[in-house]
Amino acid sequence: MTYFPEEVVEHIFDFLGSHRDRNTVSTVCKAWYQVERLSRQNVFVGNCYAIRPERVMARFPRMKSLSVKGKPHFADFNLVPYDWGGYALPWIEAAARSCAGLEELRLKRMVVTDDGLELLARSFPNFKSLVLVSCDGFSTDGLAAIATYCRGLRELDLQENEVDDHGRQWLNCFPDSCTSLISLNFACLKGEVNTGSLERLVARSPNLRSLKLNRAISVESLNKILARAPHLVDLGTGSFTVDHRAEAYHRLMNSFPKCKSLRSLSGFWDASPRCLKALYPVCINLTVLNLSYAPAIPGDDLIKLICHCFKLQKLWVLDCIGDKGLAVVASTCKELQELRVFPSDIYGAGNTSVTEEGLVAVSSGCPKLNSVLYFCYQMTNSALIAVAKNCPHFIRFRLCILDPGKPDPLTNLPLDEGFGAIVRSCKNLRRLSLSGLLTDQVFLYIGMHAKCLEMLSIAFAGNSDKGMIYVLDGCKNLRKLEIRDCPFGDGALLKDVAKYETMRSLWMSSCEVTLGGCKALAAKMPRLNVEIINESDDFEESKENLVDVHKVEKIYVYRSVAGPRNDAPEFVWTL
Amino acid sequence: MSPPLEHDYIGLSELPPAAAVPGTGEEGALNLKETELRLGLPGSESPSRKDKVGLTLELLPKSFASGSKRGYSDAIDGAGKWGLSAGEGGSEVDLGKGGGLFSPRGEKAAAGGGQLPGQGNAGREPAVNAAGQERKAAAPVRGSVAHDRVMAPAAKAQVVGWPPIRSYRKNTMAINPSKIKDDDDGKQGIGCLYVKVSMDGAPYLRKVDLKTCNNYKELSSSLEKMFSCFTLGQCGSHGIPCKDGLSESRLTDLLNGSEYVVTYEDKDGDWMLVGDVPWEMFTDSCRRLRIMKGSDAIGLAPRAMEKCKNKN
Repeated sequence: MTYFPEEVVEHIFDFLGSHRDRNTVSTVCKAWYQVERLSRQNVFVGNCYAIRPERVMARFPRMKSLSVKGKPHFADFNLVPYDWGGYALPWIEAAARSCAGLEELRLKRMVVTDDGLELLARSFPNFKSLVLVSCDGFSTDGLAAIATYCRGLRELDLQENEVDDHGRQWLNCFPDSCTSLISLNFACLKGEVNTGSLERLVARSPNLRSLKLNRAISVESLNKILARAPHLVDLGTGSFTVDHRAEAYHRLMNSFPKCKSLRSLSGFWDASPRCLKALYPVCINLTVLNLSYAPAIPGDDLIKLICHCFKLQKLWVLDCIGDKGLAVVASTCKELQELRVFPSDIYGAGNTSVTEEGLVAVSSGCPKLNSVLYFCYQMTNSALIAVAKNCPHFIRFRLCILDPGKPDPLTNLPLDEGFGAIVRSCKNLRRLSLSGLLTDQVFLYIGMHAKCLEMLSIAFAGNSDKGMIYVLDGCKNLRKLEIRDCPFGDGALLKDVAKYETMRSLWMSSCEVTLGGCKALAAKMPRLNVEIINESDDFEESKENLVDVHKVEKIYVYRSVAGPRNDAPEFVWTL
Repeated sequence: MSPPLEHDYIGLSELPPAAAVPGTGEEGALNLKETELRLGLPGSESPSRKDKVGLTLELLPKSFASGSKRGYSDAIDGAGKWGLSAGEGGSEVDLGKGGGLFSPRGEKAAAGGGQLPGQGNAGREPAVNAAGQERKAAAPVRGSVAHDRVMAPAAKAQVVGWPPIRSYRKNTMAINPSKIKDDDDGKQGIGCLYVKVSMDGAPYLRKVDLKTCNNYKELSSSLEKMFSCFTLGQCGSHGIPCKDGLSESRLTDLLNGSEYVVTYEDKDGDWMLVGDVPWEMFTDSCRRLRIMKGSDAIGLAPRAMEKCKNKN
């Protein structure tokens, strides 16, 4: 194919959708490498420390869309100290210098500052879309800069970020000339916004299709907004609670029938059962419903809503839905692909009303189910075996039994057989999270059968190094492995060190790995960054005193062509 | 088959897990020590077994005999609806679920036939090591697992990063007040009523679900379990005698006559002494609890006295 003109090769590459495919073709020969790199527009960097930003910009000068991820996944659960790293500014600066044509930036689990946002806003004249997921470090001042300077902004999507509230004026910064918004999501902001400004912004945005309001937005405002934006496809409702005697309530009841395009609903921060009734007219067309922030809705009211949602594809709920509610989901939502059931009672004494029965019911009733995240207090092997049989098409299966190390309550056995059935049956499984009482046996099964597995999360499981070794040996496509509180030590860590260069990252915390083991790994594999996180106060002094047999609390190992990072805080020690 | 041992809390045992969970492991010792859940604040050294045992011993008062045990278990039973379909034993077995985060090892030990710590395990092993039927024999003592659940709230709070829920979600749900009610319908929006409990001198606050208690006595024992680790050594050592004829309405018996007094903030923002009003009225109006030193509570006495006078 090298004798085709470059334009033709480039055109052929256009048909390659995934990053992986484009990465692969670029390794065929130098000519293809050149064609590919000059034509790539969407760049994805899975680990911001795997490569320096400048190298990315140099390789892909025509980049239009950049996606970067920072902190390890377990940072979501407070296992990574606050200022570990993952700074966005170097990426924004490098792009500002070399890729002025940037149009989209998507950051996940990174530290973004107001300065960074301002630099972003001022540097890219064609900038269209900013998506920040689980980031922190910025405030509404940064948002004001984006609103002010990004002419032609189409998308501002803030998902579950920690944003400092410096006042409500940021929304006013969208100039009157800004009429291009398609998607605006500020659901994670804690503060108020100027509702008049918001309504005017909505009124002058004819292309607005996705709007997610924060908790501070009242039903009164929601009514006005819906009146101005009847073409919304995706709505985050704001607080969604109002006294049923108020006029706003009656207006709410009449607001939704006009929204014929509505397909996706979320928010419901303080939603009351009465207000949910407003949704009945649109239920029948809903494909996405996220009620996972609405603890005030009891199971019966959830059922009343869901029993109309025949087209639902994605459902996120709290466990107050109960097994009974999940049975209704099973019989109603035949198009369901993704289900997430979150616990409503995290600190309590186990007052949950979903058990293994609910999961089995949904697996049995929803033939298209391929992605599950399920929090419950108990699970049995027989239930898992039934689920595996019902749903061989799982791509993601994440089960969290809230008591670590809890066995099957019927038989008192570990859940090895249940999860074994899952990996045996679901040949396309890409992501798996385990919980409950598990021995090395389950890892034997995973190594044997989970050939497509890319991400595995393990907690409080296993008996010996063998468990981890089974996984490293058998899972050929493994990219991310994260382990906490398991008895895996140096033997497992060092068994196949070359494996880690085929993976994005390895996280181990509260395991049996020692300093000596980490040093050995770092010595053997220079292209891995072996980072030790030690949060004790006297870390600096103790560094000299640390003997090789000391166990390390947390290690994060990742492949990198950038060498050890230069922004590591003092509690991170790169070997 | 040996009769189940009498014990009043979960048994933490040094027993090799093979005995605790018969028929599971390929090897004799599953070495569950590695996976055992360790109590302790993040960053602290994991406490030794002995320490843990010490902690749990104190958490349950010695008087936790069958009678009161059943009382608490009724409270849990009413709240949850887990049916252990193995159909063994009595109601205690039905309680063998739920939030027992305290120690998986403890659970396994209990399930296998728990032991009192420090006692010889030899006597128990043979029974448990017999054929699979032993599991059924062991089932009745699973009732002790109920006590795991009892201690669950205390232990649960201490495992960093568990359950694996994004901190954003945890923070958001924490703000979601459990006091949201659909007043007009007269029904509770949710089945729990969490209020913050602070204790003078304690490094962190706790939350207690008033719905899991049916009366002041149960609240008293819940609070005691939560905070006894801070009053260890002070229980019963001394106490400001709170006579004045109001002792039955004060909860100083809460902590065995120590110098603490339980107060609450009501809907109006006033700090009141716990125990004066009927239980339902209390749960309706209570916004948060505070366990304060008796010496600080002197100022509350007049109000309580007035209420008493008004009642009479």
